[in-house]
Formats: sequence, structure tokens, C-alpha cells
Amino acid sequence: MEKIAQEKYVQLENVNMTFYTKKGTFEALKNINFSIREGEFISIIGHSGCGKSTVLNLIAGLLHPTEGNLFCAGREISGPGPERAVVFQNHSLLPWLTCSENVYLAVERVFGADEGKANLQQRTKAAIDLVGLAHAADKRPNEISGGMKQRVGIARALAMEPKVLLLDEPFGALDALTRAHLQDELMGIMAKSGCTAVMVTHDVDEAVLLSDRIVMMTNGPAATIGDILDVDLARPRKRLELAEDRHYNHLRSEVLKFLYERHARKAA
Amino acid sequence: MSSVSITKEDIKTIMKSEQTIVTAVAAPKPVAAPRPSALALKSRAFFQWLLPPLFGLLLLGAIWTLIAHQSPNLPGPMPTWHSAVELFKDPFYRNSLNDQGIGWNIVASLERVALGFGLAALVGIPMGFIIGRFQFMSRMAAPIIGLLRPVSPLAWLPIGLLVFKAANPAAIWVIFISAIWPMIINTAVGVSKVPQDYMNVAKVLNLSEWKIVTKILFPFVLPYMMTGVRLSIGVAWLVIVAAEMLTGGVGIGFWVWDEWNNLNVEHIIIAIFVVGIVGLLLELALTSLAKRFSYE
Ligand SMILES: Nc1ncnc2c1ncn2[C@@H]1O[C@H](COP(=O)(O)OP(=O)(O)OP(=O)(O)O)[C@@H](O)[C@H]1O
Ligand SMILES: [Mg+2]
Repeated sequence: MEKIAQEKYVQLENVNMTFYTKKGTFEALKNINFSIREGEFISIIGHSGCGKSTVLNLIAGLLHPTEGNLFCAGREISGPGPERAVVFQNHSLLPWLTCSENVYLAVERVFGADEGKANLQQRTKAAIDLVGLAHAADKRPNEISGGMKQRVGIARALAMEPKVLLLDEPFGALDALTRAHLQDELMGIMAKSGCTAVMVTHDVDEAVLLSDRIVMMTNGPAATIGDILDVDLARPRKRLELAEDRHYNHLRSEVLKFLYERHARKAA
Repeated sequence: MSSVSITKEDIKTIMKSEQTIVTAVAAPKPVAAPRPSALALKSRAFFQWLLPPLFGLLLLGAIWTLIAHQSPNLPGPMPTWHSAVELFKDPFYRNSLNDQGIGWNIVASLERVALGFGLAALVGIPMGFIIGRFQFMSRMAAPIIGLLRPVSPLAWLPIGLLVFKAANPAAIWVIFISAIWPMIINTAVGVSKVPQDYMNVAKVLNLSEWKIVTKILFPFVLPYMMTGVRLSIGVAWLVIVAAEMLTGGVGIGFWVWDEWNNLNVEHIIIAIFVVGIVGLLLELALTSLAKRFSYE
């Protein structure tokens, strides 16, 4: 029983997702089946519009599947919950709150019932320190750079001590240098916290570098899982060493082949 | 930091050499206009800012004088000015209930506006939040607002008189009912425009309804709300003059009516200016308040 719970910590069973809009129905996802082990880092990769965010939002509980079931830690996902924290694509910080107030809002909600104010502030500070933003804690989101905003978003999610961290293209809007830096930081943080993570990405290198498994999605409509790639590279991983690594490059080309040969995007 | 130290002197020489280059380039031009000083630029900008409105006011005065010349009953700017000086020498006298200084009349009108408008804000803003937040409420309110909003404010006066059986509450009621719509509507529009991203944050964090209102809706909606408040106060001030003409008592509107009965046209013109200036000041005060509250 214990074993199953760990093997299938997050589970998607025959999930179909159809959107009903004014223009008619749109079948976005069809027959999604996969499960995630506890502590595993999963990437979801696929062409734009295939339904990656939809999968993530289903796990987050922001969307409900048209058919099928989703489970987390053995319980059906019926809505959003603090045990599944989300780092949004566009950081989604509240512009009228400072960085630490943004984090505090989350901390207060999760731990406010059991802990005093001092404790909550301590947690907030710890989360801000973890992402290296102590110097910007009292700044508003519009006063800091894009990379810093994204870090606050990560701090907010991590401060909730979630069981599952859901990231929707967390570094998509950043320049290559900042992205690499934050990827390294995220790897360190995940190694420390040991929480399960699902990340949506467009970036093949990012997927291979960070993940234990890569879920590759076919193009929509009615997108589904085309293949799942095991990334059996030892941790901790070093970006520079991996650049030369033959197995790394093999995995990388596997993903590229999937995206550009087997499921090339039809010209728009 | 660096071993090469640049002194202020160096910078000055660098700047100077640059200046000489500039003048050297400019020199061949036939007439090199001398650069105006900062003070001259500032004063020029000031006059450019001041002159158009000044011309506007002068034009108004000119038209007024012209019309006053044609019609013997209408006093021109100068007699009105003298009358105003006389009037404002003692704005706060009190002879009887119906004979008080213009100051008291303005205060009485402002009090009514404050009461009616305050009540409208107290009811309208929360209603706007509820209507914006819940689809059901919005659908429910739509026909009521659609039906009642276009009604001329003064049409509500008889209802007020009937229900309250007194002139003063009836006037406040008219202010209330005419000032409430912009606040409801603008607040509701603001709430419905809250980005889905923020609401997703609220959902993921599982925020309570109270936290959603105080931490997300209220800060976001504030600028919209302030627009509504500004429109409302404008409407309230517009309506009070008309309402007081009908209800009587003390107040700037009643004062206008009274002066009309006395055939004191100068005072009527003064009242028009007073109403305009007070309205302008209210608007300005609320605009600066709105600026203070915006988070950007
Ligand atoms: N609320 C919705 N209503 C209707 N259609 C939707 C809705 N959300 C998503 N879709 C459609 O579902 C498909 C998948 O959308 P999704 O946002 O999951 O794509 P994505 O893979 O995340 O794309 P991107 O990489 O560009 O972010 C798209 O075709 C989109 O138009
Ligand atoms: Mg997406």
C-alpha cells in the first residue's frame, strides 16, 4: 500500500479535457495516462498550444477534467490546494504588495492557523533568503527585474512547503543567462526539499538537465502523451560537464527527434 | 576601485573640450542663436502653460460684456464684480432662517451633498463589489440598474418628499439616488476586470473571501472606484442646486431662486460662478486623492 502511494504519488487516469466555448467544443486532451513517483521531477514538453498548461492546471485543480480522474497522494484532486503549489508562467505577483508581502500571503494561509506571527514572518524570510532576494524583500514587483520576479514566485510556492510543485514555463520569459542561473538554483532547492515537481517547458536543454523523466506530448487537438523519456543521469548534475556528456546529448537528441521529426508542428 | 583617479577638474576640462567642439561645429552657421538660459526656458514654459486658459477666460469676459451691452437687464462683469466684493465682505451673517450669508448657503449645500454622497458611497461601493464578484448578482441587478439609472434625478424628489415628509431629507435622498449609480457601475466594472491570473493565485493559495477582497479585489479596483466616486460627486453637486431650488430652505440652489425672486441678477451670476468653482474644487480634491491611492 505504502509502496503504491509512493510509486503513483500523482496519477492521471484516462483524462480527457474538452473546452466548451462560444465557437463550439474543442477537444484539447485525450486519454492522458501517467503517474509520478514521490520526489520525482517531471517535465512536460510539446509544441505551443498542445495542452501542456492544461495538464498542469488539471493537476493544480484549477481545471476539472471532462472525463477521467486525477489523484494526488491517494486522494482525488477536486480543487486547488496548498499541497500543490503553482509557479505561474507570468509570475502573477500582486503588484501592490512587496515581495515579502506576496510570500507572506501564502505562508499566512497555509500555516496561519497553527503558528504565531513571528513564526510566519520567519518562514517568509527564509523563503526569500532561499532564492537570494533578501536585499529586495521590501520592493514592489515593478521595481525588480523579470528574473527576480520569477524567483519571488518560486519563493512563494516553496514557502507553502508543498508536496507537489507545479511550474508553468517558469523561466520562459527570461534571458539565457538568468535562466541558466535559476535552473541551477532550482536544482539545488529541489535536491534539498525533496518535493515532487512537474514543470512545463519549451526548452529541450532545460527539460533534460532538470528532469528525471520527460513527458513528450503530441500536437493538439486531442493531444496525448506521445512518449516518456527516462533521464537516467546521475545527480547532482553540472551543466558544463553534461555539455560534453555523450549520454546527455543522446537524450537531448531523442527529445529533439520527437519534437521535430515524429511530431513536427504543421506549418501554421 | 580603479587606480586611475579622475578628479573633478579633469571632468570639467573634458566637458569644456566637448563644449568647444560643439561651438566649433556650430560656428560656421551664419546666425548661431545664443542658447537661452534655464530661467528663460522655464518662464517661457510657464507662460505657454498660463496663456491659453487666460485667453479663454478673457474671451468669456468679452462675450459676457458684449451680451450685457445688448440686453439692459444683464449686468456686465464689472458691476457683478463689485457686487461680489460687497457680498463676500460678510459671507457668514445670519439675520433669519431665510436671510443668511452666502457662506452659510454654500456650507448647507455641501453638508447635504456630503450626506447624500456619503450614504451613496456606503451603499454603492459594497454593492458594486458584490455585483462584480457574483455573476448571479450581476444578472439580477442588471434590469434594476438599467431601469432606474436613466431617470432624471429630480423625478425622485416627490418620492422623497412623500416618504420623508420633509424637504431636507428629500434633497439628500435625491443626491443619494443620483450619486449611487456611477459608484456601483464603476466598482462592478473594476471587479469584473480583475485579471484571471490574480484570481488563480487566490484559488491556488485557497484565500478566504475576505482576503480575496482586501488583498486582491480592493487594491485592483481602487482606481475604478475612484473614477466612480469622482463622477458621483460631480453629479451630486449638479443635482443639489436644482433640488434646493424646489425644496427651499438654506442652500446655494435656494439662494439662486431667492435672488431671482428679488430680481438681483448680479447675485445669480455670482452664484453660477460659486457653484462652478466649488464643483471644480471638489473634482480637483478627489483627483488628487485618487492619485494618492493608486499603487503604481
Ligand atoms: N479556457 C479555455 N477555453 C477554450 N480553449 C482553451 C482554454 N484553455 C486552453 N484552450 C485551448 O486548449 C489548447 C491547449 O492550451 P494550453 O494553454 O494548455 O497550451 P500550451 O501547451 O500550454 O501552450 P503554450 O506552450 O503556448 O503555453 C489550446 O489550443 C487552447 O486554445
Ligand atoms: Mg502554456
